[in-house]
Amino acid sequence: MKQQKKWYDYLWIVSLVYLTLGFLNILFAWLGLIFFCTPLIIALVTGNKGYCHRYCDRGQLLALLGGRFGLSRKRDMPRWMVSKAFRYGFLVFFLAMFLLMLWNTGLVFAGARDLQEVVTILWTFQVPWHWAYHGTLFSEGVAQFAFGFYSVMLTSTILGLVTMVLFKPRSWCVYCPMGTMTTLICKVKAKECV
Amino acid sequence: MAEGKKKKRLARVDRDLCASCGCCRKVCPREAISIYKGLYALVDEALCIGCKKCAKECPASIIEIQEVDR
Ligand code: SF4
Ligand code: SF4
Ligand code: SF4
Repeated sequence: MKQQKKWYDYLWIVSLVYLTLGFLNILFAWLGLIFFCTPLIIALVTGNKGYCHRYCDRGQLLALLGGRFGLSRKRDMPRWMVSKAFRYGFLVFFLAMFLLMLWNTGLVFAGARDLQEVVTILWTFQVPWHWAYHGTLFSEGVAQFAFGFYSVMLTSTILGLVTMVLFKPRSWCVYCPMGTMTTLICKVKAKECV
Repeated sequence: MAEGKKKKRLARVDRDLCASCGCCRKVCPREAISIYKGLYALVDEALCIGCKKCAKECPASIIEIQEVDR
């Protein structure tokens, strides 16, 4: 049965727009906070993963590229990647790196560190990104956060694409830190209701 | 209702490993899958026809098609 396409079935476009905007002006990276808060709010309020099921642009993009465009080998993921240990381990690592990014941003705000106009991919490779920085009216820390947040988004997109090609289209969703966090929220909420 | 023992194919989800991502739900032609409280995929056995679409789609590959008596 073909389901009628809804407006939210086209949100994959948002992924592309976001990455492009950050390429032009890094301050747009701040918009990424929407992708960060919405899933958590939906999970907190409704106790389900409606974000993953309907609105997530990332999931849709991977499904589209890996599914319709056939850019996925469609193999099973290795069992260790499906394990809960990996899921939670990756979440902890991801959050730790996020805190480190916030810390560095704080240092720039405090004037203890110079602004670094780079995007860090896979927490390791620093890519020059100075063309996307045209100054800011506020503190340079505002820009530092943008560079840091964009790094997080780009890194997770790359990981998502790599595991899409190697395994199934939406393999990223198995270890997506946001997906893991919303599941944890749902777990707590489900217990509350009993 | 058909009489006697008939085999029926059903999708079985490993709930413990389910990431509740909803990929399976999206492809099910019978709308037999719901995500129970955001925790795991729940298959409505009355609706499932064992077509295997969900199993192919599941990124964690934790859905198996089992034959059961009915
Ligand atoms: S698991 Fe992550 S990438 Fe997948 S749909 Fe949910 S939030 Fe999006
Ligand atoms: S696709 Fe697999 S991991 Fe995702 S909800 Fe369905 S059974 Fe769970
Ligand atoms: S086997 Fe087919 S009918 Fe049954 S739950 Fe999976 S997709 Fe739906």
